[in-house]
Amino acid sequence: MHKGHYISGAGHLGLIGWLLLGNIFTSRTEPVEMQEVSVISAAQYDEMVAAAQSAQAEAAAKPAPEPAPEPEPTPEPEPAPEAEPAPEPEPAPEPEPVPEPVAPPPSEEVSEQAPELPEPPADVAVLAPEEAPVAVPRPVERVAPEPVEAPDPEARTDEVLREAATPDAPAEKVVEEAQEATAPEEATTQIVTEAAEAPKASPNQSARPPARRPTPPAPQVAEKPVETPKPETPKPATPKPETPKPEAPKPEPTTDKDAVAAALAEAMGTPDASPAPSAPSGPPLSAGEKESLRVAVSSCWNVGSLSSEALRTTVVVSVAMNQDGTPQTNSIKLTSSSGGSQGAADQAFEAARRAIIRCGARGYQLPVEKFGQWQNIEMTFNPERMRIK
Amino acid sequence: MIVRILSICLALIGGVASVAQAQDGPLRIEITEGVIEPLPFAVPSFQPESGDAGQMAVDLARVVSEDLVGSGLFREVPASAYISTVSDFNAPIQYADWKAINAQALITGAVSVSGNTLNVKFRLYDVFSGAELGSGLQFAGTVDGWRRMAHKVADAVYSRITGEGGYFDSRVVYVSETGPKDDRAKRLAVMDYDGANVRYLTDSSSIVLAPRFSPSGDRILYTSYESGFPRIYVLDIGSVQRRVLESAEGTMSFAPRFSPSGNTVVYSLTQGGNTDIFTMDIGTGQSTRLTNTPAIETAPSYSPDGSRIVFESDRSGSQQLYVMPASGGEATRISFGEGRYGTPVWSPRGDLVAFTKQNKGRFHIGVMRLDGSEERLLTASFLDEGPTWAPNGRVIMFARETQGAGGASSLYSVDISGRNLKPVRTQEGGSDPSWSPLQK
Repeated sequence: MHKGHYISGAGHLGLIGWLLLGNIFTSRTEPVEMQEVSVISAAQYDEMVAAAQSAQAEAAAKPAPEPAPEPEPTPEPEPAPEAEPAPEPEPAPEPEPVPEPVAPPPSEEVSEQAPELPEPPADVAVLAPEEAPVAVPRPVERVAPEPVEAPDPEARTDEVLREAATPDAPAEKVVEEAQEATAPEEATTQIVTEAAEAPKASPNQSARPPARRPTPPAPQVAEKPVETPKPETPKPATPKPETPKPEAPKPEPTTDKDAVAAALAEAMGTPDASPAPSAPSGPPLSAGEKESLRVAVSSCWNVGSLSSEALRTTVVVSVAMNQDGTPQTNSIKLTSSSGGSQGAADQAFEAARRAIIRCGARGYQLPVEKFGQWQNIEMTFNPERMRIK
Repeated sequence: MIVRILSICLALIGGVASVAQAQDGPLRIEITEGVIEPLPFAVPSFQPESGDAGQMAVDLARVVSEDLVGSGLFREVPASAYISTVSDFNAPIQYADWKAINAQALITGAVSVSGNTLNVKFRLYDVFSGAELGSGLQFAGTVDGWRRMAHKVADAVYSRITGEGGYFDSRVVYVSETGPKDDRAKRLAVMDYDGANVRYLTDSSSIVLAPRFSPSGDRILYTSYESGFPRIYVLDIGSVQRRVLESAEGTMSFAPRFSPSGNTVVYSLTQGGNTDIFTMDIGTGQSTRLTNTPAIETAPSYSPDGSRIVFESDRSGSQQLYVMPASGGEATRISFGEGRYGTPVWSPRGDLVAFTKQNKGRFHIGVMRLDGSEERLLTASFLDEGPTWAPNGRVIMFARETQGAGGASSLYSVDISGRNLKPVRTQEGGSDPSWSPLQK
């Protein structure tokens, strides 16, 4: 993926390195040719010319080679004014007069004064070596190969990326391992399928559907013949046949619990599972199942006719459930209240009781295999969000 | 070995998790969201237990239903939906039939007439609980007062279900208005809370303003321009006799209200161009100044316990609400919102103040707590003013005037939640309503 970036980066690095190491932009301290010029008279000039002609004969053998290199540096100083064109435009004309006196013909003639000139040539000779290293553009050539090497690391980064892709695959595998860790919880969610196993004890469950239908008609028939205040009495009769039902499913969860207890006992090294006889049994309700129950009750909790004080009262209501998901009407009781007077609590409780009964008339959607968990429910009705301020 | 250690660790983790998940007691859930909707009820025609009570039984049930439905807290299940009916007041209830039509409350009643005596009894059932809600009640009265009997039944039902006191058996005194806006005739009238049984207390020969019920409901304070200047009168409803509350010459007195004891009147008095608040002992006629500022201070209203007075004043530069001790003294400003606040009325419950607010060209009826918090505007219109509380402090009645030359004033009521805003049936236009306490 980042191949282009690496190539670009390497290219830029190489270019920067080349610029830095190649001294491309380093300001050259170009040697400034300094020559002393003295004004002489025509007589002196003639003497000098004469002396030069005489010296030519003497220096025909030795000094000739020395002045030979001198003219070479002289042309070189010309680039110097290029490096410093503006600052010293005037010195430029100075070298021009120099060549005139140093013109080849006269120089050969003034051989004797050459020893005097050696000083400037000496300076020039010093400048020449300085220029050599400075002007060495070759380092640029040396830099060039480096950027060539840069692409290689880019190719390497590509390889790294490929390697990174490979660890992703194993990462997914790790996630799968995590799922294995949560497998027990999912197993509870999937207990639906386990419940399919439970149907082995289906005789108990098959009794549920019939229990729902007979329930409503039973009280109706019972209530009519009885006296006016009797509606309450027949209802207790209804839950009675239902109460034994909860006992039936108990053994199912207990087996699971025993298995867990056995596993714990094995793990802990203790032989005792110590299950509380009254404690709810069976797998716990999932969050979704609890939420489903909460939403179901909420949809019937009508606080529109409650007083302002009742709307400030939180009531805790306990209810015993039948295995078919219907509440046992007579078991609904006000456990506690807070925030209002007893009268307000009574009103709030009435609204809560109506909600439980109304929406539970057809049975709440609760898993039968977990009946032990929801056989008894404690509902807190908190109207804080519904309050009329 | 390693495998064994790992298995033990896993077993321990699993064991701890399962123990953590296990619940010791019953399943616990918390319900925080519900619904706010009228409670459906059914009220079959009451059973006539005497030969001439047939129509009365039907009318009684109808008024009970209208009362409950009019509160906005109840919804009647139409009789056409009934699966079964009540043929005998003492017959067992077929709860399943009423459940089937989702009637959560069932009201049954019986009526008997003996001469001019009317007997009404009723029972209230919680259908889904399959039980009677409270015990049955019986009322006795005159035949002419059959509507009051129905209101009392409705009050009992309302109170048992909501936990609040009722307000149906109450009356309202107001200024009845007739005629065009520029020549409007005004007279005092008193009626049942629902607009029935209107009775006029004054004629329209002079302008009358701001009638106020006494705590006992047998007298009315009001302001009249009969003498050319506004003066306060006390009128006995039963005898329709009245007398003026004396005030000094050259003064104008208005905006009167009874104290909770009914023995004192708090009012505004304008003298020398300055308006302040005074009290007057009705028995002795002795007046006491409560405020003494150059500002206009008026519309005083007692707290239910009579210890404080809320009033309006422009002492801060704009019309705002203030609270001061009933004996006068330092006043505390309680309104700080935008606009102008006026006509404050203390709630019978003592927890709220209703007021009129004018802001950005519109009028509002609103409520706020006594510290000025939780201000809530309930209405908004061209002109809403003059709020008055129902006896239970749950409903507010006020006057609303429509815009234009043909605009008229009429009475409206609204729940303190802002719901159930509706007009009050009156034969003519009305303004300045004042709600009576529950009749006894």
